[in-house]
This record gives sequence, C-alpha cells and structure tokens, in this order.
Amino acid sequence: MSVTRRHFLTLTGGAALAWDFLLAGTPEESPNYKMADHWWGMLIDVTKCIGSGNCVRACAEENDVPDGFFRTWVEHYHVNDWHLENPVVESLDGGMHGFPVVPEGTGKDFFIPKMCNHCADSPCTQVCPVGATFVTPDGVVLVDEKYCLGCRYCIQACPYGCRYLHPTKHVAQKCTLCYHRITKGLTTACCEACPTGARQLVDLKNPKDPIHDFLKTHSVQVLKPHLATGAKAFYNGLDGSVR
Amino acid sequence: MHPVPFEGFMYPNEVELQWSVLIVLYPFLTGLVAGAFILASLERVFKVDAVKPTYRLALLTALAFLLVAPLPLQLHLGHPERSLEMYLTPHRSSAMAMFGFVYLWYLMAVLVLEIWLDYRRDIVLLAQTSTGWRRWIYRTLTLGSFNLSERSLRIDDKVGWIITVIGIPSAFLLHGYVGFIFGSVKANPWWASPLMPVVFLFSAMVSGIAAVMLLYQFTARIRKTPVDMRCLDTVAKYLFYTFVVDFTLEMLDLIQRIYVADESFRSLDFMVHTRLWMSQVVIQILMGTVAPIAILGLAQVYKLGEAVRRRMYTLAGVLTLIGILAMRWNVVIGGQLFSKSFLGYTTYKMGFATREGLLPAAVLLILPFLILWVLLKLLPPWTEQKV
Amino acid sequence: MLAFLGLRAYFVPHSFGQYGHYRGDAIAEIAALPIVHAGHQTCETCHVDISGEKTKGKHAGVACEACHGPQARHTMDLSIVPAKPDAAVLCTQCHEASGAKPKWFPQVDTKEHSLGLICTTCHQPHRPSLKGESK
Repeated sequence: MSVTRRHFLTLTGGAALAWDFLLAGTPEESPNYKMADHWWGMLIDVTKCIGSGNCVRACAEENDVPDGFFRTWVEHYHVNDWHLENPVVESLDGGMHGFPVVPEGTGKDFFIPKMCNHCADSPCTQVCPVGATFVTPDGVVLVDEKYCLGCRYCIQACPYGCRYLHPTKHVAQKCTLCYHRITKGLTTACCEACPTGARQLVDLKNPKDPIHDFLKTHSVQVLKPHLATGAKAFYNGLDGSVR
Repeated sequence: MHPVPFEGFMYPNEVELQWSVLIVLYPFLTGLVAGAFILASLERVFKVDAVKPTYRLALLTALAFLLVAPLPLQLHLGHPERSLEMYLTPHRSSAMAMFGFVYLWYLMAVLVLEIWLDYRRDIVLLAQTSTGWRRWIYRTLTLGSFNLSERSLRIDDKVGWIITVIGIPSAFLLHGYVGFIFGSVKANPWWASPLMPVVFLFSAMVSGIAAVMLLYQFTARIRKTPVDMRCLDTVAKYLFYTFVVDFTLEMLDLIQRIYVADESFRSLDFMVHTRLWMSQVVIQILMGTVAPIAILGLAQVYKLGEAVRRRMYTLAGVLTLIGILAMRWNVVIGGQLFSKSFLGYTTYKMGFATREGLLPAAVLLILPFLILWVLLKLLPPWTEQKV
Repeated sequence: MLAFLGLRAYFVPHSFGQYGHYRGDAIAEIAALPIVHAGHQTCETCHVDISGEKTKGKHAGVACEACHGPQARHTMDLSIVPAKPDAAVLCTQCHEASGAKPKWFPQVDTKEHSLGLICTTCHQPHRPSLKGESK
C-alpha cells in the first residue's frame, strides 16, 4: 500500500500504541488485571473443528514448543457404525500440518483438539513433590521452570497426556493457556489462529462472557469425567468414542 | 518425529517413556532394605532365636542398600541440584515429597541408630585395640561414649529393642510408600490400585529375606565357617510363608482385573500377552514366583539332606531376586508401555552408556555389595558373640 | 532442627507461599513471557481498510494471523514485512474436501474445482465470496 508521510506517522504512532498495549506488564503491574476476578477455561466446539492444524502451529510458535512435543494437538477419529469402543485414531505430528484427505465412507469422522484441561482438582499439581506446578488463583495450571526438579511425576499423573519434559531444559512443560496473553486482554494463540472459532477462551467468573453463556445453554462434556479432575476444557459435540 | 516406534494410537507426548530402568532399581533397592530389616526384627522383637546368626548381617545389608537407594533417583532427575527443595518445601499432598522424610527418618532414627546401639560395645573395644587410621574411625564411631558398664549395655539393649519396634512399621512405611507413589496415580490403571502398597511391601519382604539368606550362605562359604542349618531352615521357612502371601495378593489383583474387565482391561491384557510376556509371565510369575515357592515348599514338606537343602535354598533365593526385580520392571516400565487412550503401545529404548542406561543401572546394582563388603570389614558381624 | 530451619530461611525463595504452595514470583515471570502473535485487534488498529473489507465477507471470523502467521515482530518494527502466504498451500489446508470435515464447512476437490489454477486467481482472500454474491 502506498503511504503518505502523514499516514506513516499515524501508523507508527498506532504501532507504538499497539505495542505498549501488548507490553502491559505483569499481573501486578497491569492496572486492569486482577487474578481474583477471573476463572479461566476453554470451550472446544467439535462441530466446528476442520482439522486445519492452525492451533498446533500457532501454539508452537507462540510458546517455543520443542520439535516432537506438543502443548496442544489434534486427533482424527474414525468410528465405524456403532462401535464406540474401537475408534481408529491418528495424529501425525499432532496434526500440525493438517490431516490427509479421507474419502466419504461409512461411519463418523471428526477432529478432536486436545490440550491441558487446566483442571480445578488437578492430579498433576497434587503429586508435585516441591510445588513447582500449581493452580493460579485465576484457574490456570502453570509450571515454575526455575523450581521444577524434572522428576516427571506430574507427567505420569496427567490423565490426558498433555505434559512433556523439555529435552534440553529438563523441566516439565505444558499449555499455559497463554497466560502471558490472557492477562493482557488478548486471547490464546490457538484461539486466535483457529479459522472457524472451534476454540474459544472462556472466563467462568464473567457472567457477560458469551462463551460462559454457551456453556449454560448447551450440552457440553469434559474428557475422562470419571477421574473427577475438575477439567475446564469443555467440549461441545463430544462423541462417546473419544478417549 | 519420534525415533521410538509405536503401534496403534498414542497421545503425542506419551511415546517416549518418562521413567527409566533407574526408577525400576529404586523400589528394588528400598524393598531389599525393608525386607532385610523385617528379618532382623524377627529375632529382636519376635524372639525367633534361630535366625540370630543373620541379625547383624541383615542390618548391615539394609544399610548398604539404603545408602545407594537415592542414587538412581539423583541420576534420573532433570535438576538433581534442586533436590534439596523436597526437604525445604515439601508439597504435603505429594507421596514423593513425604517419602523424602520417611527415608530420612528410617535412615537416621531407625537403621543407623539401631546398628550403632547393637555394635557399640564392639566399637568401643575396637577403638581401644586397633591402631593407625582404623583407630580414628572407631574412635569417631563411638561418638564419645566409652561406657561399657553393665547398666549402659542394658540401656543399649532396651533402647535398641524400642527402636526395632518403631522400626517395623517404619520399614513397612518405607516400602509401602513406594507402592503408594504408584498406587495413587489414578491416571494409570496399571498402577492405580489399593493393593499396590501391600503387594510392594510383601514382595519387598520376600526379596530382602532372600537376599540375606543368600548373603549368609555366601559369607559363610568365603569365611569357610559352617552354616547354621537351624538358622537357614528358619529363614527359608519365613521366606516361604511370606512368598505365599505375596503370591496370593498378586493373583488376587490379576483375577480381579480379568473378572471386572474395565475399560483398560483389553489394552492391558494385550500388553501382557505381547510386550510383557517374557518379563511378566515367564520371568516374574513362572521362574520368579511359582518355581521358588515350589522349591521352598518341597523343602518344607520333605525331609531332605543338608547339602541338598542348601542348594535348593540358593536356587530359590536367586530365582526370587530375579523375579522381584522383574516385578519392579513390569510395574514401572509396563505402566508406560501402553497409551492412556488404551489404543496403542510404545517401546522402551534403554540406552547403554547413557545417564539412565543399562551401564549405570548395573553399577548401581553392584555398588551396595561393595559398600556391604566395606561395612563387613569395618563392623564384622561375627567377631563377638553376644553374652 | 535448628539447622533445618536455618537452611529453610536461607534457601527457600522469598515469594514462596504467597498465593499457595509455590513461588509467587513465578506467576509474574510467566505473565511476562514474550508475545509472538499480535492479535487481530492490533492488526486492525493500522490495517483499517483490509479489516473493513474482511468484516463484510465469509472470512470475518478468521483472524489475520491465522493465515499470515505471528506478526508481533512486525508491530515492533514496521520494516519487518511478513512474507505473503502461499495460497497454493494455505487455502487447501482448510478448504480441501475431506470426509472428515464437517458438512457445513465450504470445501471443494481443488483439482476438479479450479483445474489447477491457484485459488487467488478468482478468490480475494480477505473477502473470498466471488464478486456479485453478497457475503
């Protein structure tokens, strides 16, 4: 686009403003963010997921996720007829590069994005021997990389397989719900990049949050409810075959 | 981009195993500690006189293994330099954190104290009679107390008895906790079971008794002294009883799983029939449990000659130790070979000369015996006969 | 006992226990991590014309960085101009017809649909409906 000098000055001013907006600082410094006012979760609408893999790529870039490990990933399910107990599931490279085309056939096909469920009764924080992983007052499960011993007990305790050990830093890592973004009024990288709005951040303490409203008016499920983890990643349209 | 081959479906982060052969070693070593100590307490608290010749040997064996036990953990940690955090800010809801204190308690307040009290008279005498650098070692070990009066020796005995009484539940706690570390992980159906601490404990007792039984025969052979057969037969008898309880518990777990057949069952069943066939069915169950029980049972039922019995006990002991090591392998490694989606399996690629490979594991298995050798030289169990 | 308490006072980080059994400072440290995706609101601050076009079309709900990749660096230094996305790869990632995708989602067999022509020959990515159709 061609730019006049005046236009350019407006643009740089705008850019500076935008950048300052990004760098609003730490929760304590950011005047607008108070942890006690928020209780974060996520809605994953399975009926909208097209398996683009945008979320996986965006997360990897946003959070410097090492190759071969995943803070979020997408699974492709194929369910034959009524056989809910024997789905065929694949997730090559976590779905980072999308999925191969499948022809129309018998049975159901769908995509399931997975991530840390930021459990309210998190089994991973329960087992951490030193308090290196914890639930923040605003409901996000985080890892303190300066304190983690790398014992891997949390990775064993997570029923959803969302944790991994960083290959060179030797500490446990996982989805942070883009804490560095949501505390500044931005949404998570995966939600930002999702082309169909299948992933939406939700603030369960905000009655005016439209996603919070969605949860109250639709049938939603969580993964592995029998383990009573208090998972806060809610799925709309979750098939019974999903593990 | 996973170099590890897997089949079926696994969550992407699950393909590589988290806990290696070093974590297999850890419950094996602490199990030997608990088992050896229980054997020692048989004499001290339950007044089973027959096993007295193994008393001091059992205590020193327990110490040797307990000293090595934290080493595989340190090698495994991503940041071993931060391990002090477990003592400074232990997370009270974590079994692993609480275990750090159980370990410390058992080491200092039970084992070391009991050994010191039992050996105190000998240490003082050795401090007075030895020369050179040995003299300094013994003098330090006396901790300043040279009192060998009748009264002080009686106090030693009384306090030692109390410590052993406290020590028995402590030993149960030591290894029961390790079982709980696994048994409390609800995410993993191979581990999550209220039976896990109990199974671990009884298999620990079996391994500890078997180890002392073997060491007793071995040391007698090296020293060319006769084996007290009454002692050996009694130890073997207790090994047999403990083994029967252990086997019953493991079979109960297995039968319950097969009967109830919950969502994880088909996946686990397939895993046992394929990836764990050799280590679980052949080595752990047949070779490591059924065979030793049969051998020991035969020795209980039939009157057999002394030399024959000694050979049978040796064979049973060796098979037992292999079997219990296999059991630890099957629990730790087996629990990570299947996907928590119950749709796939991975493989364990054990390195050789890597930080968590076969070589350091082998070294850590041999190290306790070297330490035991030093302890036996320093505090010989056989020089003084207790009055 | 004293030694333990002494060790504790010296070694345990100051902010430990501030909000719970963890280092309170960790929260601030994690919240201060660098931002890589600018977020579409930031793009719209400057790229007013394009975002205006987009809101009228079917890609209204698709964030800028969903196609253009993370652009926080660009907002920091305008001389860093992002590379144009490769339409041949990008468009098909979403719109290639597959039995696995939900039926409501617009998808085509690109070989039949465009006979080898690149998508942008006919479709403007910011307002992809063909001219003449509304929304």
